Amino acid sequence: MKRSPLIPYLIWMVLFTVVPMVLVLYYAFTVPTESGVTWSLQNFARFFEPIYLRVLGRSIRLAVISTALCLILGYPAAMVMAGNAFKRKHVIMLLFVVPMWMNFLLRTYAWLTILERNGFINALLSFFDLPRLNILYTNSAVVLGMVYNFLPFMVLPIYSVLSKIDKGVVEAAGDLGANPFQVFMRVILPLSLPGVVSGITMVFMPAMTTFVISRLLGGGQFTLIGNLIEQQFLVVGDWGFGSAISVVMIVVILLSMAIMSFFEGEEKDVALW
Amino acid sequence: MGSVAPKRLALTILSLVVLSLLLTGCGKEQPVLYVYNWGDYIDEDILEEFEKESGIKVVYDTYSTNEDMYVKIKSGGSSYDVIFPSEYMLTRMIKEDMILKIDLEKIPNHVHIDPKLMGAEYDPNNEYSLPYMWGTLGILYNTTMVDEPIDSWDALWDPKYSKEILMLDSQRDSIGAALLKLGYSINTRDPGELAEAAQLLKQQKPLVLAYVVDEGKDKMVSGEAALALTWSGEAMYAIGENSDLAYAIPKEGTNLWFDVMAIPKGAKNVEGALKFMNFLNKPEIALRNAEYTGYSTPNLAAWAMLPEEVRNDRGAYPTDEDIAGAEVFVSLGETLREYDRIWTEVKAY
Repeated sequence: MKRSPLIPYLIWMVLFTVVPMVLVLYYAFTVPTESGVTWSLQNFARFFEPIYLRVLGRSIRLAVISTALCLILGYPAAMVMAGNAFKRKHVIMLLFVVPMWMNFLLRTYAWLTILERNGFINALLSFFDLPRLNILYTNSAVVLGMVYNFLPFMVLPIYSVLSKIDKGVVEAAGDLGANPFQVFMRVILPLSLPGVVSGITMVFMPAMTTFVISRLLGGGQFTLIGNLIEQQFLVVGDWGFGSAISVVMIVVILLSMAIMSFFEGEEKDVALW
Repeated sequence: MGSVAPKRLALTILSLVVLSLLLTGCGKEQPVLYVYNWGDYIDEDILEEFEKESGIKVVYDTYSTNEDMYVKIKSGGSSYDVIFPSEYMLTRMIKEDMILKIDLEKIPNHVHIDPKLMGAEYDPNNEYSLPYMWGTLGILYNTTMVDEPIDSWDALWDPKYSKEILMLDSQRDSIGAALLKLGYSINTRDPGELAEAAQLLKQQKPLVLAYVVDEGKDKMVSGEAALALTWSGEAMYAIGENSDLAYAIPKEGTNLWFDVMAIPKGAKNVEGALKFMNFLNKPEIALRNAEYTGYSTPNLAAWAMLPEEVRNDRGAYPTDEDIAGAEVFVSLGETLREYDRIWTEVKAY
């Protein structure tokens, strides 16, 4: 009877993960007809029309760009926080975490007014006689929203791995004649890879599936795969097509996770995923 | 020993269940009314007054399009007591047996409603609904950014206004504007005409700044865009905030629409719903709602109390001649799937 503490979790998982997944698969592979429900690949055939493939392509492109930007911005920040150079690193940590206590939707709405044609940024720019910036309702605004919202998911796992690196190893590399660049490339970076991999996964997945950021900051013009799914369920009521797109997205995410875990190699114990 | 743990677990679960029953029991005295309305479509102070007068607690949720509301009611996960569908959505829901009949005797204030707006085609004997607001579909524009008279749907396709046009993220309205521009009926079932409208909307997409619903009026007020496809009530609200704005009903025709109050099947507090509908039809309450939302009230007694310039505003209360060619949306049945598909494609394009 050792397993009994697991039972509530098992029930939870079956109810809220397995059953919904089975339903999604059922709706994806069936179509309602006059004489009842029949098995069909029709929903998937529709997804592979060029217009929807472009949506998939756009989602992957924006998610990759956002993930790359988060990595470029997040890695140095994590290094500063993990290093000894800066005494008040808890302050930086707090600055990253505090915005996450606020509702995600509110933060995105705030960007809506900041980026407006007559908004805060343009008021500031025109005060200094600089050319105005019109990026609200463009691709750039969507990427900005994703980077802003998901950056902590990149910084925190990298920070937690970097702060656990044995300082002795870094010092030893220096003592043996490696310059700081070599120390970074040959010691710190390889040791921090598990954090980078889990950071990438934690940013890429929400960036791939978001529909709120693209609707608010993209003005409903840059339909991402999340928007397409939302529209099928909430507006059009076509559960079959919506489920089929969800299945495609699950496959894309599983594939990207498989690629990630290939890079992750053996050091899984440090990663969050 | 092995069987002790499950027993203890069962006991814990049992006590939790009993405890939660006791806790929910405490709050059972006050009746609750679940209201599901469009966003920004009521003066919310009125809800509190209704609570005070009737002793019924109001739980108020909002939606942004008819289709959102329909899908949520249809999927059955939630039960509401009062909803505010547009006339074409009401027709569809009546057809699908989703609406309860109402007893007009329990809504004595219905006598204040304009007889011209009662007994319309979508509900000939007002068995299911009472009108809540009505209006037209047109173009809201900023007179400082547009220097020609706006009188045609063509303005929304004019490359001059590239990235200064707001469209509605609401399929029947945006597809409707394209159909009106082409000179077709907004209720067309002809696949050829619909394909032309779809093409036109895709062609327009590079010119469009954003597809919005509730944010649209704020963007127009703050001067973010020159032109917006919008409902008359939204336009009146925006003009009230920024006097540079103006509203036009294009000459090719418009959509005359009615949002109604109705009770969906599955409502748990029908008596409360009828009381609420009666409360909203009190002339002074209807007046405050009309002034707050900017929409046109069907309540004649309330209309009579409006300031003269509002009563004579042809945007808010168009003359018979203004809306001579106007069409009311009808429920499309199976053709709706074609509209769904077109809108999904335009948005994905």
